[in-house]
Amino acid sequence: MNAIIIRRLIQAIPVLFIVVSLTFLLVRSAPGSPFSTEKKIPPEIIAELEKQYDLNGTILHQYRQYMGKVAHGDLGPSIRYLNRSVNEIIMQTLPVSMVLGSLAYVLALFFGITLGGLAAIRHNQLGDRFIMLLALLGISVPSFVLAPIMVMLFAIKLHLLPVAGWGSPDQIILPAICLSIPFTAAIARLTRGSLLEVLKLDFIRTARAKGLSENTVLFRHALKVAILPIIGYSGPAAAGILTGSIVIETLFGIPGIGPFFVNSALNRDPFMTSGVVLVFSSFLILFNLLADILYFVVDRRVKME
Amino acid sequence: MKPLHQFYLVVKRDTFLVACALFLLLVASLAIVGIHYTGYSYNEISDASLLEPSHAHWFGTDVNGRDLLTRTLFGARISLLVAAVGTLVSLTIGVTYGMISGYVGGRVDNIMMRVVEIIYSLPTLVLVIVMVTSLEDHVAGLLKNVGLPGNYSRMVLLFLFLGLTQWLTMARIIRGQVLVLKQQPFVQASLALGQSHARILWQHLLPNLSGIIIVYLTLTIPSIMLDESFLSFLGVGVQAPLASWGTLVSDAVFSINPIKLYWWMLIFPGGLMTLTLLALNFLGDGLRDALDPRVRK
Repeated sequence: MNAIIIRRLIQAIPVLFIVVSLTFLLVRSAPGSPFSTEKKIPPEIIAELEKQYDLNGTILHQYRQYMGKVAHGDLGPSIRYLNRSVNEIIMQTLPVSMVLGSLAYVLALFFGITLGGLAAIRHNQLGDRFIMLLALLGISVPSFVLAPIMVMLFAIKLHLLPVAGWGSPDQIILPAICLSIPFTAAIARLTRGSLLEVLKLDFIRTARAKGLSENTVLFRHALKVAILPIIGYSGPAAAGILTGSIVIETLFGIPGIGPFFVNSALNRDPFMTSGVVLVFSSFLILFNLLADILYFVVDRRVKME
Repeated sequence: MKPLHQFYLVVKRDTFLVACALFLLLVASLAIVGIHYTGYSYNEISDASLLEPSHAHWFGTDVNGRDLLTRTLFGARISLLVAAVGTLVSLTIGVTYGMISGYVGGRVDNIMMRVVEIIYSLPTLVLVIVMVTSLEDHVAGLLKNVGLPGNYSRMVLLFLFLGLTQWLTMARIIRGQVLVLKQQPFVQASLALGQSHARILWQHLLPNLSGIIIVYLTLTIPSIMLDESFLSFLGVGVQAPLASWGTLVSDAVFSINPIKLYWWMLIFPGGLMTLTLLALNFLGDGLRDALDPRVRK
């Protein structure tokens, strides 16, 4: 298995290489200069700035210079945020996004599995119908519609939680809940479907026949098998939370990596854009690998390729 | 069985699904035809800014005094259009890719599915942001060359790239079905009769896949719609004077303040969008339960 993990890690290198190259070349192929602003800047100054940032000469030349730096772990300077390097900005903002994202992930897993489990036990009863309706609503309401409604309700009307910001523990509650809701809903639907399948299997009848309590059957036997599709979903969920947090961070004024990324893409900052794409892609590839390993550990019938 | 007929048979059985389908039809017809009867133009600025809903303006007005009902319907038009074209793109790629992968099998299938897996593990929406922001000027130039307004460029890019992010699930499911179907005697018989592979794929396999294609088509539309509004909300989607549900909600959100809540700006476009997504998801779920052979017991 170690050999397989190492092979997968080595396979990730060309993928990351292609993604970063594509991003840098695309951003640089756009007309105009990242230094041009609303105010007219003399072309000589723009040319000088481009030279300082290694953005002069042919695109291929710039690309070689950039990839040389990336190979040494230097993601280059930021153009929009003066005097700060991309590495610095990522170091400062990524942890914020990670805290928000992991909290949302944990919430989604906990409430998703709980609600899905409850629905499965009450299959076709009122509780099941109600939870499934909520879940469908959860995957249908866009987060940027839900979040402002929650802010109007809990922050502006009821004064229970702060409207926005970052730093104190109560400021993370609303954004984390808003970020987690679509994934809570998706996990609840998956858990219910998978539990219903598993509860029909022979080993559950055996467990019940042995006289085990319903709770033991459910939590010790059924859930262990029913959890597999949720592990399978963890990769897509991580990707969804990662992109979802861009909107949530913008909405709640959270100093995470998302707003920086959107701004630099809109300003065609090649270093910041490629740097964030590199970080996001590496994170997701690693996360997917971990999910596959977990899947293999839980279900020995699966061969890891 | 013809796909549309199959669709019709499933929906007919379930009054709730009928209601969902009728609601979607209503939204679409309002967006296409009804918008001309609101008495306002979607981009007509007036002094009557930020008015609450009233007889003159059923949904109220926005910051620039534009009628919100007209703008919500115009947003519906753009959102539905992007979702429909994007879904068509994803459908074409997903079905072709899945059919080839499953039918050819072996090494080719292995490699093709590995590619799907790799794309699955990439932040595709983030890559779409990069594509849109760096290609919009190129596409605007191309559009101007053929005499179209340049501010449609982002919409064209969304058609293409949102379609390009959503074909993976379709390809996987189609491939799985083709793997099963190609073992069936009727395929062997066609081969023995000397029919070409292209003909077998097109004439024999595709009709057998139509049910499953309809199911995942219905489920792709809401996800592309959600992605489009997500990008438009972030300012990476359609550009003014065009508006979609995402840009309308973003207008509303950035006018929120503790002193005055312009709730109508959020509730009407956001609400209609949510209801549309809900109806599409209900329909997709209902169709899947009825038509997907993997769900059918």
